[in-house]
Amino acid sequence: MSTRLADHGRLIDRSKPMNFEFNGKRMKGYEGDTLASALLGAGQTLVGRSFKYHRPRGIIASGGEEPNALVNMGQGGRFEPNQRTTTTELFDGLYATSQNHWPSLEFDVGVVNNYVARFLPAGFYYKTFMAPRAAWKHVFEPIVRQSAGLGKVPKDRDVDTYEYFYHHTDVLIVGGGVAGLAAAKAAAASGAKVMVVEQTAHWGGRTPVDGGEIDGIPAADWIEATVEALENMDNVTLRLRMQGSGIYDHGYALGYERVADHTPGDGRPRHRLWRIRAQQIVNATGAIERPLSFAGNDIPGVMLAGAVRDYVVNWGVSAGDRTVVVTNNDDAYRTALVLKEAGLEVPVIIDARAAVTSPLAQAARAAGIRVAEGKGIAKVHGGKFVTGVSICAQAGEGSSLEEIKCDAVAMSGGWSPVVHLWSHCGGKLIWDEVQAFFRPDPARPPLSHDGKGFVLTAGSASGALGLSDVLTDADAAGKAAGKAAGGKAGRKAAPKAAAEVHQAMEPVWIMPQGASIQKRMKMWLDYQNDVKVSDVQLAAREGYESVEHTKRYTTLGMATDQGKLSNINGLAVLSDALDQPIPQTGTTTFRPPYTPISFGAIAGEAKDELFQPIRKTPMHDWHEEAGAYFEPVGHWRRPYTYPKPDETHAQAVNREVLNTRERLGLLDASTLGKLIVSGPDAGRFMDMMYTNLMSTLPVGKCRYGLMCTENGFLSDDGVVARIDETTWLCHTTSGGADRIHAWMEDWLQCEWWDWKVHVANVTEQLAQVAVVGPNARKVLEKLGGMDVSKETLPFMQWADGTIGGFDARVYRISFSGELSYEIAVPASQGRAFWDALLEAGEEFGVMPYGTEALHIMRAEKGFIMIGDETDGTIIPQDLGLNWAISKKKDDFLGKRAQLRSHMVDPDRWKLVGLETLDGTVIPDGAYAVGEGVNANGQKNVIGRVTSTYFSPTLNKGIAMGLIKHGPDRMGEVVDFPTLDGTGTVIKARIVDQVFYDKEGAKGNV
Amino acid sequence: MSNAVSALDGATYQGFCKVQEMGLVGMITLRGDLGAAAMAKAVKAVTGVAMPGQGAVTTGKGGTVAWMSPDELLVMVDHAGADAAVAKLSKALAKEHALAVNVSDARAVFHVTGQAAREVMAKLSPADVSALAPGIMRRTRLAQVAGAFHMLDEGTFEVVCFRSVAGYVFDVLANAAKPGSEVGVL
Repeated sequence: MSTRLADHGRLIDRSKPMNFEFNGKRMKGYEGDTLASALLGAGQTLVGRSFKYHRPRGIIASGGEEPNALVNMGQGGRFEPNQRTTTTELFDGLYATSQNHWPSLEFDVGVVNNYVARFLPAGFYYKTFMAPRAAWKHVFEPIVRQSAGLGKVPKDRDVDTYEYFYHHTDVLIVGGGVAGLAAAKAAAASGAKVMVVEQTAHWGGRTPVDGGEIDGIPAADWIEATVEALENMDNVTLRLRMQGSGIYDHGYALGYERVADHTPGDGRPRHRLWRIRAQQIVNATGAIERPLSFAGNDIPGVMLAGAVRDYVVNWGVSAGDRTVVVTNNDDAYRTALVLKEAGLEVPVIIDARAAVTSPLAQAARAAGIRVAEGKGIAKVHGGKFVTGVSICAQAGEGSSLEEIKCDAVAMSGGWSPVVHLWSHCGGKLIWDEVQAFFRPDPARPPLSHDGKGFVLTAGSASGALGLSDVLTDADAAGKAAGKAAGGKAGRKAAPKAAAEVHQAMEPVWIMPQGASIQKRMKMWLDYQNDVKVSDVQLAAREGYESVEHTKRYTTLGMATDQGKLSNINGLAVLSDALDQPIPQTGTTTFRPPYTPISFGAIAGEAKDELFQPIRKTPMHDWHEEAGAYFEPVGHWRRPYTYPKPDETHAQAVNREVLNTRERLGLLDASTLGKLIVSGPDAGRFMDMMYTNLMSTLPVGKCRYGLMCTENGFLSDDGVVARIDETTWLCHTTSGGADRIHAWMEDWLQCEWWDWKVHVANVTEQLAQVAVVGPNARKVLEKLGGMDVSKETLPFMQWADGTIGGFDARVYRISFSGELSYEIAVPASQGRAFWDALLEAGEEFGVMPYGTEALHIMRAEKGFIMIGDETDGTIIPQDLGLNWAISKKKDDFLGKRAQLRSHMVDPDRWKLVGLETLDGTVIPDGAYAVGEGVNANGQKNVIGRVTSTYFSPTLNKGIAMGLIKHGPDRMGEVVDFPTLDGTGTVIKARIVDQVFYDKEGAKGNV
Repeated sequence: MSNAVSALDGATYQGFCKVQEMGLVGMITLRGDLGAAAMAKAVKAVTGVAMPGQGAVTTGKGGTVAWMSPDELLVMVDHAGADAAVAKLSKALAKEHALAVNVSDARAVFHVTGQAAREVMAKLSPADVSALAPGIMRRTRLAQVAGAFHMLDEGTFEVVCFRSVAGYVFDVLANAAKPGSEVGVL
């Protein structure tokens, strides 16, 4: 069992104990612990269950590569599943539960999967769940969902805050180990602006654990001195707890800073997502140790040799009292020596290599540790924890030569450079035969806009494993980055460390090499997703040759650890099964982020009130105070209706319609787009943008106009006013203002760049109020200041003046059929003007009305609405708007398209009015069906409803719709089947679309 | 006019920086040939300021002039004087192909003040604020909306956005200035 040692632990402060809770058990750790080290220190070797077989799982690693030890962290608003204990800093009061088990970690029903494991091989899901189809939904899926899955889904709203930070630097260095620090020193000396990010809370990486001397002083001292020197440089930014998560095109990188994960609730943002622009990026991301594939390598207590060492040196925690070391390389001997030095037992170092004579091996022997050469592990004994191992000849099939009691196994299959970030943006890899790993190919880096590489690697990430080589490589990378980023190359020599003599590692992909199928079925490659050597071999036998296909078939490397431990071992096994060299098999694709990052960080500040910008008119506060029910229109919120306390929305809308028709209504029309088009060529430009002839519009007059895309489809509409000889003001739809502004600029900048036209968007400069109803003139006359009589300001004209002391531009236009003025005042005075109208209108029965009343009144008059009658496939001719299409003009946007055969097809559905026979309202979006059925046996569709309302004015349902040959079928009745399941068919008569005041008498006063 | 109010009526927030809505500011969109002598003359006559170069902003007695695009300036004057300035510019440029429009009420103006003001801006805008200095105008993005800013001095940013999103911009600025969220790099 694991336990806390009486000494060691350079990162923990034993004077600061911290309490935490795991699965309801109170445990103790120290400041500086990770949750993993605290759990091990508290003797908790078993920390979870595997995904598929629910096998017991223990901590295997000490960093971001950990596949097993994921927990549900926190509670309530801070609950988050799949948190990696090895990268979670301990804090007082931490609360965690293990995952993937039921009913308890110690006794898990799902483990039955383990006993039927041979029936759940690779591709099991694909093979089993193919048929019958219904079984998937009702049998397999519920079972799979119950037994699989990792952490629980959070149920509460996240109480933490998150934010972005945009940062610009010349050189970004990812990784704060000795390589990153050496590279930073070299790059900073060039004068370049340098940033170094380190994902853990400590500088130096694993060098302090492994020791050694740099420039004649202990490595730990060199690290401290270097960090201090860098901190004192103005051009250097150092950042701990920040992972370089991804590298993208053109020197763009993502940094994931875990600001307050270890101090929850202290008011700081939990995570900060850094969006970094760098000219050069240096990856000093180190290397990850590989597991060895032997039977039972997943039993809790089997750990990576480097991690076993880390736990002793960093946190004063031992994985067990008796640790067997198994390796194919020299590095694991360091673990044996550290354990021995800590007073722990190392009964044997099992080395797959036939004869080991390196200095480290000699040191181990000198320390009295037995070295078993040419041997491997035949089998690990134990269930929920290790009880011993059987030793065999590596060259053989796995016959047990002897059994050794132990409670931990430290394994090392060699090291793989962390090439993820190098690969994110297209850096290529080469297979290093000698060291048996993929490393970045410096000749094929990710390329930037200029075709030059913008990513370098330093230290172990380059494939340099010894301290001396690491420092030399990192210094060169730092100098190169500084120079490429525009700095001056320094001449200072690289930091020096003594060269070490190593004995070459020997690639071992299966242990022992001739293991039986029974053993291979117990050799785990991917711990989290339960993929074994036998699964990959099965995939190869079944014809999977591509590593990408094998990955998906077996789920190798598809878990939340993305195969950091399993990928190389897996593809080596696949290569062996396919009888091809490893580089020919290749790797799967490395994609960002390096490890999972929180959704909160990705969302940044965009949550709750800041989720989306909401546009507000100058009168918005009044609407809110009046209890308006809002609807979104673009990013605006417009009052849909103003319900009184005892009213339904429908009742309120009806009241607003009737009051406007009978007395006086006010509409906040400020959201309406207002574009000024001005210049000597403005008339010509207007004639191109609109289907109507706008150049001939007299100054002082208004004209309703249509805008089409170059494909002929109706895009926007609105009233245009001629302001002066060279200036027009275009009203657009509320949602269309920015789009149409951009559309105009697009044509002016890209196509007609030599036309002398300027466009300015003054939408928000003006607050606009529609004053509508029989009493509209009365209220304006009461406010006084300008003549708004029928004679002076007739329909479709505008005039400037003052009303009630407000500078105003008054348009005599109507979207309701009533006597109507739309009055624009400066936005800063909009609210005051609105208040003045309400006050003055009191005696005339004034009431504000919302967008739904607006819609109903326009529908009663048969006016179209962009987005209701149009959907991007409708041309003006479909809507009977031929009158608004000039025949005098040579050209306008959409003209040629509207001459195409499909556009002039007499069978196109055309707009008509629809009047239900029984007065009911046709459901929104209903289809009209005709005679016969189509090839699929469905009723032939002959049209659809585009707008449908209850008209309070007419006290019946009215609608507009597009009907095949509609205008030729006036008076005929068409069927609209409902979808409410009753089989009801609503019958509606085709009528003229103008339902109310056909002759226009109401507005003509 | 006494009825005139700005979008947020001078709202303030004090975090590790101060965020303040600055009330009504006169603003004019001026489009035309920025290289034309008449343009430079008209701008000078109204504001007393020389034509700013690309990406620059200059301030004088009569106002501030910012380069916004190759054919667009933003002229900032007193709110009450904006209409008169538009008239003056239009008259002076009558023979040019130019357009002067009063957009004062289409905008909101904020000041972000404090030692770490750059950090507040760097949380919301992808522009390189570390390289910014008084005299440079940036048209950029503030979280999800368009915006522009320049520095009045080392510790003060003047931020301009559209009036309709003044509330949003105030909120994101205040949020970015929340105590405890200092980044410590700018």
